[in-house]
Amino acid sequence: MSIYNPLPILKGLWTTIKSVVEKPVTLQYPEQKRVMPQRFKGRHHLRRYDNGLEKCIGCALCAAACPADAIFVEASENTDEVRYSPGERYASTYEINMMRCIYCGYCEDACPTEAIQLGHDYEMAYTEKRNSIYTREILLDPPPEGQESTPRKVEPGVFNRSIPVMKDAE
Amino acid sequence: MNETTGMILEWVIKGAVVAVICLIGFAYTTYYERRFLARIQVRIGPNRAGPWGLLQPVADGIKLIFKEELVPDKAYKFAFMLAPVLTMAPAIIVMGVVPWGTQANFFGRTIELGISNNLNVGILYILSVTSIAVYGIVLAGWASNNKYAMLGGLRSTAQMISYELALGLSFLPPIMLAGSLSLGDIVKGQQDFLWYFIPLLPTSIVFFIAVLAEVNRSPFDMPEAEQELVAGYHTEYSGMKFALFFMGEYVKMFSMSAVFSTLFLGGFAGPFVEQVPWLGPVYLLIKIIICLGLMIWIRGTLPRFRYDRLMKFGWKILLPIALINVVLTALMISIFGL
Repeated sequence: MSIYNPLPILKGLWTTIKSVVEKPVTLQYPEQKRVMPQRFKGRHHLRRYDNGLEKCIGCALCAAACPADAIFVEASENTDEVRYSPGERYASTYEINMMRCIYCGYCEDACPTEAIQLGHDYEMAYTEKRNSIYTREILLDPPPEGQESTPRKVEPGVFNRSIPVMKDAE
Repeated sequence: MNETTGMILEWVIKGAVVAVICLIGFAYTTYYERRFLARIQVRIGPNRAGPWGLLQPVADGIKLIFKEELVPDKAYKFAFMLAPVLTMAPAIIVMGVVPWGTQANFFGRTIELGISNNLNVGILYILSVTSIAVYGIVLAGWASNNKYAMLGGLRSTAQMISYELALGLSFLPPIMLAGSLSLGDIVKGQQDFLWYFIPLLPTSIVFFIAVLAEVNRSPFDMPEAEQELVAGYHTEYSGMKFALFFMGEYVKMFSMSAVFSTLFLGGFAGPFVEQVPWLGPVYLLIKIIICLGLMIWIRGTLPRFRYDRLMKFGWKILLPIALINVVLTALMISIFGL
């Protein structure tokens, strides 16, 4: 029986004292930050096309796919005078309740236009419950450089398709 | 000011100083433990509150003071209040007989470093006082009116009583070598001879193990056993009453380390202590820190004993070894004529 044999105990003590001289693995968090892996699932982003139009077409498939029922989408009609996204409709309300979200990424998978994506931001602490609702304004990326923001006035008949034409990779 | 008032004042001040040293020792033992355990687990440990996290114990203390104190409805109130005090007080008063040095000159007055260094029943005093802590624990478990607390209290009582035998027997060899029950004489004996852990190595190991069990430290932290008994006897305690139990454990670690250092590591003895008596407390403190470090190191290494093995270890291994040690010491004394 092991309690009659002190050797394993001494071995254990040697193991622990060895680790005392090792360099600690701790990261001093607020000052030092870990580089997130490429596929880390953090806060959501609503992406834009290169021309600055929003990718989200307000189809609410993300809301349907969400297992935690964290997403609420309300769509409105696009017109060529007031255009947010290509196609008929855009998300006039897009809210994610960060208290419900489980960061599973199903919304990302469900999105037909790759509009919603989980980014690398994880510092989302809030002190008031209402701040847990991330609205469209917070989630939406700024337009690419040199591009006008939405809504904008466009030429009629250019942005008719909601979903971009798929092209084979060259 | 006549001699009697001066004497009383001196004792009161010395008592206060020793109590404060114990409490500061408690606070910084927790810090020491957290830092050392962290290093064992390749972490850093608390380093935010104050420089190097040195104010962490203060922050913990303030937090515990402001915590709500709950007393369970069905608890036996008087015993519930009494239990933490009974655990805490003996831990501090053990320090009363530990000598911190010999005579020293303090602003033109010759004082004795330590409260009663040469109490002629010093070791009996330590044994009897530390036994009181068992009552605190069993009362806490019983008065909480909670099955986990009760189990924790009972386990603790059984454990402490079992290991007290080995502890008591391990007190004997140093007494035999020094020929006195007074801790002051035991230190003097070591100054004249050798530090007793060299001739009495097996005894000092048994003593150390029994001390670990006595202060409920890992691997004998059976009474608390978070994973099995929620928190053992202090399950129902919160706020400052919980802090008192916590303090009781750590102060007891501190004072038992002091006793261990005094009995086996030469106490305040060290180089130049005869010429500069103020080095005595420094040496004792260094030895206490080493003992505490050893306790923390063991905690960071060994898993908890199973209860039946704990009992088996106490009665079937530790106690016979302690008895053999006494006989061997007697033989050693008669053969070498020490």
